[in-house]
Amino acid sequence: MTETVVEPFVATRAIKLVYFAWVRERVGLAQETVSPPAGTLTILDLVRWLKTRGEGYEAAFANETIVRAAIDHAHVKPDTPLAGASEIAFFPPMTGG
Amino acid sequence: MTPVIRIQREDFDLNAELAALTAGRRDIGAVVSFSGLCRDEGGTLAALELEHYPGMAEAEISRVAEEAIARWPLQGLVAIHRHGLIRPGEQIVLVAAASAHRRAAFEAAEFLMDYLKTRAPFWKREHLVDGSVGGWVEAKAEDDAAASRWDGSE
Repeated sequence: MTETVVEPFVATRAIKLVYFAWVRERVGLAQETVSPPAGTLTILDLVRWLKTRGEGYEAAFANETIVRAAIDHAHVKPDTPLAGASEIAFFPPMTGG
Repeated sequence: MTPVIRIQREDFDLNAELAALTAGRRDIGAVVSFSGLCRDEGGTLAALELEHYPGMAEAEISRVAEEAIARWPLQGLVAIHRHGLIRPGEQIVLVAAASAHRRAAFEAAEFLMDYLKTRAPFWKREHLVDGSVGGWVEAKAEDDAAASRWDGSE
């Protein structure tokens, strides 16, 4: 008989993440779907959790204030709540024009 | 007034865009346009690669355009931004504003361009003539300063 392993935290609903430019390159993915732990309430919470997921994420988010974020195609700040978000994007400062 | 906003890989015809902006109108006294070109400074650049965030690029430029329409009396507004590989000398971006008088057209075009540079989700990377791929172009503090001077004024 194997014992049931109790999850250390309850996963929240799945969120689609998309990455661009050098954030995409460092993470090593253009997009993924994640289920961050309960208590991941803001963009900054999400960034800090992502940084625990491996070297690529750590490199991408080494400077937490450089990487920009958008929720559902609109710019947001680090303290913006994730509630209701279906797609969250992370990217470097923009260099278009 | 509905702004014309396009995100596209292919080139655009500046004269055709300006002609479309004023076609059939008798009330436009001023058209100001800005075209941004791919520039090579040291003979080392083969092309710029422009990555963008599809969906958000259109949405963000639309929000900036609506802000311009709310601030100035405009009769027409165009913003076109290319993505993909763009070679030195080629066009990257066009903004144009039409109004009864020049001041509104000048200011709206400059506002649109300043905000587009700091808010539209595009990223440039250099491809060099030796075949290597250079680094991502870094954002400039002077671009942030150019955009922020529109905050809180008027």
